Amino acid sequence: MALRYILRRLGFLVLVIWAAATLCFILPHLTGRDPIREQITQRIATMGLSGDAAQAMIDAHKRVFGLDQPLWKQYTIYVRNMLRFDLGYSISNYPKPVIEIIQESLGWTVRLVGMATILAFLLGTILGALIGWKKSPKFLNLLVPPLMIFSAAPPFVLALVLIYFLAFRAKIFPLGRAFGQYTKVDWSSLKFWLDYAYHAMLPAFSLILVSLGTWGLGMRAMMVTVEGADYMTFGEEKGLKGVRLFFSYGLRSALLPQITGLAIQMGAIVSGSALVEVYFQYPGLGTRLNMAIQTFDYYTIYGIVFFVVCGIALATLLVDLIYPLLDPRISYSKGT
Amino acid sequence: MGGILRYIRRNPSLGWGLGLLLVLLLFATVGRLFINERDAYALATRPDQPPSWQHLFGTDTQGKDLFTGMVIGMGMTLMIGAIAGSIGIGIGTVLGFTTGYYAGSILDSVITAIVDIVLTLPGFFVLVLIASTLADPATLNVVPMGVIASVTAWAYPTRSIRAQVMTMRERPFVMMAKLSAMSTGKIIVRELMPNLLPYLAMSLAGAVYGGLMGSLSLEGLGIGNRRNPTLGMTIFWVNYYSAFMRGMWWWILAPVAAIILVLTSLVLISMGLDEVANPRVRTRV
Repeated sequence: MALRYILRRLGFLVLVIWAAATLCFILPHLTGRDPIREQITQRIATMGLSGDAAQAMIDAHKRVFGLDQPLWKQYTIYVRNMLRFDLGYSISNYPKPVIEIIQESLGWTVRLVGMATILAFLLGTILGALIGWKKSPKFLNLLVPPLMIFSAAPPFVLALVLIYFLAFRAKIFPLGRAFGQYTKVDWSSLKFWLDYAYHAMLPAFSLILVSLGTWGLGMRAMMVTVEGADYMTFGEEKGLKGVRLFFSYGLRSALLPQITGLAIQMGAIVSGSALVEVYFQYPGLGTRLNMAIQTFDYYTIYGIVFFVVCGIALATLLVDLIYPLLDPRISYSKGT
Repeated sequence: MGGILRYIRRNPSLGWGLGLLLVLLLFATVGRLFINERDAYALATRPDQPPSWQHLFGTDTQGKDLFTGMVIGMGMTLMIGAIAGSIGIGIGTVLGFTTGYYAGSILDSVITAIVDIVLTLPGFFVLVLIASTLADPATLNVVPMGVIASVTAWAYPTRSIRAQVMTMRERPFVMMAKLSAMSTGKIIVRELMPNLLPYLAMSLAGAVYGGLMGSLSLEGLGIGNRRNPTLGMTIFWVNYYSAFMRGMWWWILAPVAAIILVLTSLVLISMGLDEVANPRVRTRV
């Protein structure tokens, strides 16, 4: 039953999210010390918080996380809180809740990663299909080595090169940030949108450059196998036009593994973009995570990581559920 | 030896990959004869110098000689990758063979479920979680860094080795061994392992690549011992001191080229070994 497959997949989603929450709970306990409390007390000492304010902060954490309860109860409270996205308060921006920090930066990341992934997927797939296609001009094969080298490198390393050449040297793109220093965030004005797009181009480019190779090389390999299939020979014998053969016979059947690849690559894409954001000072989740790491803001680190895990698990689930709709050969009706 | 060379001629990706890796290894080992190790650390030379005969790759803002840094850093980074990769492939082999051989058992379902979960988790974020909580960054030298990076490097080998073992265990020669009352351990070590060697080597290249990506990403954020001139840490300092805004191209060029060469060599090796392990993949016309 399709329903059984969906239920099983949902069960796995719950399992992943539970595992992430448990990891966030166990890790600080494994250290044998209490890194979170250490940070809070250190902050009190250095910032000279008044005794009352400090006590209020500690009490707030105690209340939310039930720190005066036995361990198993702390654990259940913790997991319940995480599932409600009640992720605690930022230590360095107290009393700002972590979820608010995530809300502020999430949009920037989703737009950047979403656009870059869609563009890279489309461009890479078509490019790869063309390279793999027998009748394509031979010079396309020259693209294979650069595609491979780009796909092997981490995006933030390529980002440095792009910043140097395109932003510093050629001055075509800005050095970083998501919008001009003196621009106001105003989603209703066209001027802001243009400024935003202009700033997003270089970070998106470094993400695209890396995944272009992944999609392109994958597609090329698939295309080569598909070309050997009997139905291709049949189509050719029938005298079908090259364009039709390429799109409806070749591309369409070679496309499916690419979509599975999208589900598998999701984690790597978001990981790569987190670092690219840092190197471009882009105000998304990656940059906030980096700030939290540099200031030992543990609740924010855990909150962001947990949130990202949930997001990726959900996105992977969606791709998996869409997959059978695209491939008529696969139905999850028999025992799978 | 002649046979190997002849084979490599037919399998250029493997040849190029191994050759490149060999050059990098020589750079990291023989290069040490030409350097004074202290030059790789802060305040050793004049800062911000472009490449010259005295400083082949130039110097950075902290006064480190970049050539010395690259020789030592290349060694450290390759070591981190080797440690992460070996742990990853070690765990992957043990779990992959157990689950593949006993496929369908409860143990298999449990381990496979864990592998599926780990593969869904975004590796970099998990590493951030672990590295930022467990360790004092200043103690994250080569060995601890390799161990941490291995956390995400074992799951993929486990899954792919399991799949290989599952197809292998139904083959007639394994059946024969079973019928002749060979013990399970012996079957795994004597019958299955040798047949999967190219496959294991390929998984090792993949695991080293994964471990390197993990450690480079952590170091890119400055997580790790910042005193060490590893390739990832050099990148971190490039960004920290905004080398690109000051036109210090040599400071960007050295670590970026080094990282791309290391990772490309691993991808080439893994592609070449893929051809050894699955002759049917041989796409070369």
